[in-house]
Amino acid sequence: MSFDPSYSAKDFKSVGTRPLRPDGIDKVTGRARYGADFNMPGQLVGRILRSPHAHAKIKKIDISKAEKLAGVKSVITAADLPDFTDGDADLFDILDNCMARTKALYDGHAVAAVAALDAPTARKALKLIEVEYEILPHVTDVDEAVKPSAPLVHDAVFTKGMSPTPSKPSNLAERVQYGHGDVEEGFSHADVIVERSFKTEQTHQGYIEPHACVASVNSDGTGELWVCTQGHFGFRQNCAQLLGMDISKLRVTSSEIGGGFGGKTHVWAEPIALALSRKAGRPVKLVMTREEVFRGTGPTSATSIDVKIGASKDGTITAASANLRYSCGAYASVWAELGAQTAFACYDLEHVKTVGYEVMVNRPKSTAYRAPSAPTAAFAVESAIDELAQKIGMDAIELRIKNAAKEGTQSSYGPVYGPIGIGPTLDAAKNHPHMTAPLGKNQGRGVACGFWFNFGGQTSVDLNIGVDGTVAVAVGTVDVGGARASLALVAAEELGISYDQVKVIVADTSSLGHNDMTDGSRGTFSSSMAIIRAARNAKQVLRERAAEMWDIPMEDVVWENGTAKATGSGHGNLPSLSLKEIAAAAPNTGGPVAGHSELVADGAGVSFSTHICDVEVDPETGAAKVVRYTVIQDAGKAVHPTYVEGQYQGGAAQGIGWALNEEYIYGEDGLLQNPGFLDYRIPVCSDLPMIDTQILEIPNPNHPYGVRGVGETSIVPPLAAVANAVSSAAGVRMTHIPMSPPRILAALDEESAN
Amino acid sequence: MTGIAVKTTINGDEVEFLCQAEETLLDVLRDRLGLTGAKEGCGSGDCGACSVMVDGRLVCSCLVLGAEVEGGEVETIEGMATGDKLHPLQEKFIEHAALQCGICTPGILIAAKDLLARNPDPTEEEIRFGLAGNLCRCTGYDKIVRAVQDAASEMKGA
Repeated sequence: MSFDPSYSAKDFKSVGTRPLRPDGIDKVTGRARYGADFNMPGQLVGRILRSPHAHAKIKKIDISKAEKLAGVKSVITAADLPDFTDGDADLFDILDNCMARTKALYDGHAVAAVAALDAPTARKALKLIEVEYEILPHVTDVDEAVKPSAPLVHDAVFTKGMSPTPSKPSNLAERVQYGHGDVEEGFSHADVIVERSFKTEQTHQGYIEPHACVASVNSDGTGELWVCTQGHFGFRQNCAQLLGMDISKLRVTSSEIGGGFGGKTHVWAEPIALALSRKAGRPVKLVMTREEVFRGTGPTSATSIDVKIGASKDGTITAASANLRYSCGAYASVWAELGAQTAFACYDLEHVKTVGYEVMVNRPKSTAYRAPSAPTAAFAVESAIDELAQKIGMDAIELRIKNAAKEGTQSSYGPVYGPIGIGPTLDAAKNHPHMTAPLGKNQGRGVACGFWFNFGGQTSVDLNIGVDGTVAVAVGTVDVGGARASLALVAAEELGISYDQVKVIVADTSSLGHNDMTDGSRGTFSSSMAIIRAARNAKQVLRERAAEMWDIPMEDVVWENGTAKATGSGHGNLPSLSLKEIAAAAPNTGGPVAGHSELVADGAGVSFSTHICDVEVDPETGAAKVVRYTVIQDAGKAVHPTYVEGQYQGGAAQGIGWALNEEYIYGEDGLLQNPGFLDYRIPVCSDLPMIDTQILEIPNPNHPYGVRGVGETSIVPPLAAVANAVSSAAGVRMTHIPMSPPRILAALDEESAN
Repeated sequence: MTGIAVKTTINGDEVEFLCQAEETLLDVLRDRLGLTGAKEGCGSGDCGACSVMVDGRLVCSCLVLGAEVEGGEVETIEGMATGDKLHPLQEKFIEHAALQCGICTPGILIAAKDLLARNPDPTEEEIRFGLAGNLCRCTGYDKIVRAVQDAASEMKGA
């Protein structure tokens, strides 16, 4: 049956309400099972040995002593993970990152692993593994790494995207460029130009649940994996490919997930656990320590960004350009590309140019962190916009409104926008009571905007109607924060039944077609689209069954308010048939009633937000505290508004932590100095105020209910919003994130010295 | 290996177990007794996900040895509801969406219950400082604070 995903306005009955989440009781009673809360019969304990050096050649690994220790059942090195990547460079990088093959490329890079009867034995065994390293020069800073004299992370990386390709290797993995117009021409018409350089430090997603999995591989090539992940289908594919297994013979079940924020879209220890299990012939449970999580997984890029924006006296931006350098750890990805694409996406610009460089350093592989790369680019651009407004003597929101992108604008990264929310979020900010609230002593206010693409992707859903008329929906997008409630609302809406009659579960990889990860804010957007399609398919079947029960043509049956109704002449007196009645008759009318759908959820509507932040700076200590915060964001249609608010608040809180405190600190020795929650300080309850939210709903034309993804955009503006507020409070432009007390004090000292 | 024999009370039930000297209370709860409601987020007492009560005192169970609870009384998240009746805090956490991923929730509920036992009518600031030992990365704490405020009102009225 053809499916038209385009938006059509309707009065919602379920969507937009705020029912209790279906997994709530399990989660408040301790019954919910996360990655580490699962066991298999006869399981062993897995542990990983990690490089103590930032950069070193692995000359030899001797595992013989560890293997002889009583209670040790398997010890593996890269030799136990033969290269099945068949020329796929990206897959090879994943393999090499999971376990170093010839060189340890960062402090914390896995080099060997053991599986033993218990944790003490496994820890003891790690100490018996002898690794002979040849220490190499290292580089961990993004600006140091681009210097011609910098030590090379890889010996043979020749910058992609340059013409001609450089003949000399460097740490610049790739150059990308976006934009349109002629920026030099545009700057020549500017009355005012702001030009500044900004830097941001590396942060971690900081999910509270460390990576955990239980792996079991049999000698017949079948296997099972229980794992906390944002995408068990993707994990299945990566793991099967890396271990040389058939994809369909590895069944992956996603546990409840204790936070991911992008960090659990990548495999880390899972292939190791599978390899340990295969070698030992027993299941292996592998749970990372917090130190391993910091040293070996997840961080986002550190950045160094130069921005130049010119405007005429009336506030019209005449040209904008940026050079962006994003660290990617030891493996290239798309971080500079995403930064270069998103930097100016909020604005309608005649002349714009961004150039991004993917920079290799001896740090863990940079990975996705909620709207990856956009917050740091927005920090630089929105700080410069703030300064531009000051120079012109114009209100910063008015300047943004004047230049905001709108429907029909060619975005700075290429596509032409449909209906979008940047203008409305700015108007809402301008009219928000927060903007006129008085500020106290040492306080400042900052505003910033943010953009994120949002993503759709491959999605598959099964919707099965029970004989009692209740509905079981199996989705394949991992529920990271309440999506099962939202998806049940959508199923109820489409079928015309109550929320209580629907139960949504996340199915394992053997029970449902492929689903892409829960990333790109796609979970509710894409699975709701697939549910609507599956429900429409089910309604078709229900109409057929009702027609059979009535013995009338199916064309004379419509589905209304959860019931089949006969229409047309001659059937007018037939009483309607409820879902329950049709379901009860199913065994005699053709068997189980179900609806399925497999689709690529194209058309994820782009997302914009504007944040307002008040900060108080203590001039004695340099400590900054957020005292009031407001998030205004377009949701398209908020399916479960309470959880939409939660996404807005959570993203803002992470952004505030990034802005003020969070930072990977490396020593001269290239080793991470703060791999723990004591020294890597994420916001605690007493650090934050209430975070006010305002949901705008500008329907996404490409979703039947107008839904847009909401998960990521909320982390984009905070770095700049906080920085603009601190700059205002301190009277000095802050250009280095995080604005920790020492950095603010130094800026204040420098200002008073001048 | 010989174990240390420990006899204690957990959520009102008498429990006996053997553990090694270096095993934490969290290890014992999770790996020996199957009480996996307490979570290990850090193993260093920084995140509060493993919060439990020992003899009326709020502790990180990753910083307490299993052998230390001999003769003591331990309360965990598994004992917070009475039968199928949720504690008001548990109800309010669901109602206010004070959890997203939920990994920090057991620890925060234990800490919040302890806070309200000591201070039945806390201000917002007292709640924020009372829960400052429990990290949540999803919610920004807004809805958690509101849930605790609402539960406090309800418990006072009860």
